[in-house]
Amino acid sequence: MRPARLPTARTYSGAASAAGPLLFVRSTRRAQLGEWVQIELEGQPERRGQVIDVGTEVTVIQVFEDTLGLRPAGAKITLTGETATTTVGKDLLGRALSGTGAPLDGLPSSIGETRRPIWGAPINPVRRQRPSDFIETGVSAIDGMNTLVRGQKLPVFSAPGLPGIELAADIVENARPSRGEPFAVVFAAIGITERETQTFVSRFRESEVMQRTVLYLNQASDPTIERLLTPRVALTTAEHLAFTHGFHVLVVMADITHYAEALREIAAAREEIPGRRGYPGYMYTDLASLFERAGVLESGEGSVTQLPIVTLPDGDMTHPIPDLTGYITEGQIVLSRELHQRGVYPPVDVLPSLSRLMNAGIGGSNTVPEHREWADQLYAVYARGREAKLMAAIVGTEGLAPGDQHALDFTDSFEQRLIHQGRQRRALTDTIEIGWSLLETLPRDELIRMSEATLQARSERDRNGEDAK
Amino acid sequence: MSEARIIRVAGAIAEARPLGDVALYELVEVGERKLLGEVIRLEGEVATIQVFEETTGLALNEPVRPTGGSLMTELGPGLLGSILDGVGRPLQAIADRSGDFIAPGMALPPLDPDARWTFSPTVSSGAEIAEGDVIGTVEERPGLVHQILLPLGTQGRVARIEGGAYTIKEPIGALEDGTPLRLSHRWAIRKRRPMVRRLAGDRPFITGQRVFDFLFPVAEGGSVAVPGGFGTGKTVIEQSLAKFAKADVIVYIGCGERGNEMAEVLHDFGRLTDPETGRPIMDRTVLIVNTSNMPVAARDASVYLGMTVAEYYRDMGYHVAVLADSLSRWAEALREIAARLQEMPGEEGYPTYLANRMSRLYERAGRVETLGSPSRTGAVTFISAVSPPGGDFAEPVTQGSLRVAGALWALDAGLAHQRQFPAVDWDTSYSLYVEATSAWFSAEGSSDWSELRSQTMRLLQRDRELREIAGLVGVDALADDDRLVLEGARIAREFLIGQNAFHEHDAFSAVAKTHSLAKLLWDFMNRGGSILSDEAGFEKLDLATVRLAFGAVKNAAPSDLDAMVSHATDAIANMGTP
Ligand SMILES: Nc1ncnc2c1ncn2[C@@H]1O[C@H](COP(=O)(O)OP(=O)(O)OP(=O)(O)O)[C@@H](O)[C@H]1O
Ligand SMILES: [Mg+2]
Repeated sequence: MRPARLPTARTYSGAASAAGPLLFVRSTRRAQLGEWVQIELEGQPERRGQVIDVGTEVTVIQVFEDTLGLRPAGAKITLTGETATTTVGKDLLGRALSGTGAPLDGLPSSIGETRRPIWGAPINPVRRQRPSDFIETGVSAIDGMNTLVRGQKLPVFSAPGLPGIELAADIVENARPSRGEPFAVVFAAIGITERETQTFVSRFRESEVMQRTVLYLNQASDPTIERLLTPRVALTTAEHLAFTHGFHVLVVMADITHYAEALREIAAAREEIPGRRGYPGYMYTDLASLFERAGVLESGEGSVTQLPIVTLPDGDMTHPIPDLTGYITEGQIVLSRELHQRGVYPPVDVLPSLSRLMNAGIGGSNTVPEHREWADQLYAVYARGREAKLMAAIVGTEGLAPGDQHALDFTDSFEQRLIHQGRQRRALTDTIEIGWSLLETLPRDELIRMSEATLQARSERDRNGEDAK
Repeated sequence: MSEARIIRVAGAIAEARPLGDVALYELVEVGERKLLGEVIRLEGEVATIQVFEETTGLALNEPVRPTGGSLMTELGPGLLGSILDGVGRPLQAIADRSGDFIAPGMALPPLDPDARWTFSPTVSSGAEIAEGDVIGTVEERPGLVHQILLPLGTQGRVARIEGGAYTIKEPIGALEDGTPLRLSHRWAIRKRRPMVRRLAGDRPFITGQRVFDFLFPVAEGGSVAVPGGFGTGKTVIEQSLAKFAKADVIVYIGCGERGNEMAEVLHDFGRLTDPETGRPIMDRTVLIVNTSNMPVAARDASVYLGMTVAEYYRDMGYHVAVLADSLSRWAEALREIAARLQEMPGEEGYPTYLANRMSRLYERAGRVETLGSPSRTGAVTFISAVSPPGGDFAEPVTQGSLRVAGALWALDAGLAHQRQFPAVDWDTSYSLYVEATSAWFSAEGSSDWSELRSQTMRLLQRDRELREIAGLVGVDALADDDRLVLEGARIAREFLIGQNAFHEHDAFSAVAKTHSLAKLLWDFMNRGGSILSDEAGFEKLDLATVRLAFGAVKNAAPSDLDAMVSHATDAIANMGTP
């Protein structure tokens, strides 16, 4: 479906002007929107760019590399006739690549199987399968309370100093495909520090995890505008592994905040009317073009699941980056500074956390039949306990109603025993057991979310357990 | 005249010159792939076009061709059960051609041109007919009769008309002047369909959600804004209404939201059956889908398309509910396009005409007497989710909605975090339809309906005041009857307002069940009051048994409801006896 007269590469010498990451070129007769551009300049490494505005008078090119030292008049500009593509293939597993796919591990470039455009195309909604396969992450706050399923996009809302990346690394290390299906990880580092990258990578270097991982690394010191490409290159590889080879792919993208900042930089350079806090008005649409690439197809075996990390500026959930992310993703895992300071790991605050696809992935044969009621009940008591805690700070525990007092006591043990688990992987069955043992300290009428049938089944199981001993 | 060529492309906007004698909002084909676009500005020789498809790859000098008409859709049998993109192309047919991923440049009509429909005329040769008249029927889905309407601007004497099996292309007859009669006709989606007059709405739109039916009802033909931050439950509400609310036809517009949600809708709607017809609810549904990664200009079109389909079924005399999720994404599409046009921005960067367009959209809802004979009344009820940035309602889309909508269902993040669902903030929500619908509820629900409602509203208000006080002095410092208010309000929150969309028997609440729970609440308050006035202490009340009984009523299967209600009545009667 390409234009009939496919333009081939055309070279122009000299751009009219440059401003920040943008280059303005005069009269490029058949420039295409989105066309990939090479920019050469004597004595400087080649730069790459993309056409973002074509006009009869001026064509605007967004340059992905640093434009420091770029002299527009001396530049040789080649419009390649293609949109940006990346090499994809199974042989990328185990490799460490730059933010745009060049080898960083000293090995030769991968030959791959084919090249794919990085911008992707929207999945036709009628060809999506409803995500419903449970992924066991080994983290109680997720598996028990905010279950992740295949094809979901579930970000971690972290803040400076909180262990967002560590949690993602735990999940990557511990997540198990439920029936031994092929499983792969694609990690896109987007402007994170060397230290953060190492936190993530060093855990797997020596282990078998690395064999099933592709790393794309755009670090803090790498060009900022390249950050707009890195997640797309990573997602293109993920889609290929998932939908061509049937892998269940977990894509970790850290950090979406740096991505959004690169987006803002371009918008500012184009002198666009800024939206909230200077971020462009189309940021929702732009972020959606990343996050909507998660999913499961009706036809295929594989799946793309996303675990983006978002560092909340000022820890503020209403900041446009987490706000727009939350409006697109299927829930969020929210880390809390307070829990972190109390030594709870992972410091997940389950109240603002949410997994919207949880319902389809739990219960019955997926997890345990009572999962929904179990989680609803824990939520109800914990929420009441947290409110009671605020009240108790003013009126003292004696001033509380008896139900509130129970809930208050429950709250501490919930955080210490269920949420806190250290670095250990915890099986879902253990998570469910701990939850039950917490609930069993409460009087029956506080367990209003539990059906009689569920409680009965539980006590029978207990009795059988006793008998067995 | 030379052919028009592209002279600029940026984002979803293209400019072309010279387009000759085109009109504003005329549909054009853009580029060699013939992408669909619409002229949105004319300045001298230059036409500015918003392109409804992905523009990557469009090049300078590619041709642009006018089509002579504006963005139309085909209205006729076969709409029910279909899934259309924002400009009305069936997504299933697109998938058949381009596979799992959507490729641009496909012109496909909304209705299946090959499907045959059995037509029975209701007029005969020689009859004088005029626009809007019913000329015959087709059973579009079992139980749903599709009235074939004479298109606007058509009238005359029937020369011939014949029953039989037809496709939408074939004539089913003709007028004496030779005008052929067909099963379908075309309509420009941005134009509202005319009617004889608007009627006041006095019947409630039964949502099956207690908090709405009981506290904040909406009339058939009414409109509601449902604002709330992310994760507060807007989509769950829209989907619950689509599944359970009483309407003949549902138009569900997924505007700029998630692909997985659409997969869920398709999964659920194909399996759930409508208890009244025994048919899958997909049979009464038209889905319009523009997910957040689909082209942004088509988002603008999607809501007009939805409204047009709804008005069409309204004109047959049906009650149609339009569920839009989310209107904010539509407004943002306008903003994105306006910014590319470098229009003078208004508040928060939205174009200055946003409020105006929004009210025109909301005004397409209503209960009406339709054109044509036999005379019919139909209604379009409009329930629109709004996604305010940061969950802060002081923003143009929420405020613009409130100026025109008849009810506000405000969702609150705090309640959602506590898993109090539906997270409707009863302090700020309101409905202007309470009075208009109260007669219906008194007659069909119960005579004490309005009384129970206002008592409950007062209880919730009092509860808020008391909780503020209790937060300062502690609950044990409150008087016993105040503690009763706190307990009653807690019951109201948990069992009356609270409703679990994922519980088999709680997801939908019939009017009778809603009434039972409200009535039990006031039995509890009254009985509690009289026990306390007999000087028994608050601690003496057996709340545990009562609360469990309320829970059992809430989750009762329809067949167990009566038993659970009488059990709860007993528990309340005996709560003072140790
Ligand atoms: N009535 C309900 N019963 C049970 N759970 C609910 C109910 N309403 C909402 N929820 C829970 O809240 C979650 C979020 O709801 P929903 O997806 O409708 O939010 P939203 O307001 O549409 O968010 P967004 O603006 O991001 O689309 C659901 O996935 C579900 O877990
Ligand atoms: Mg939603």
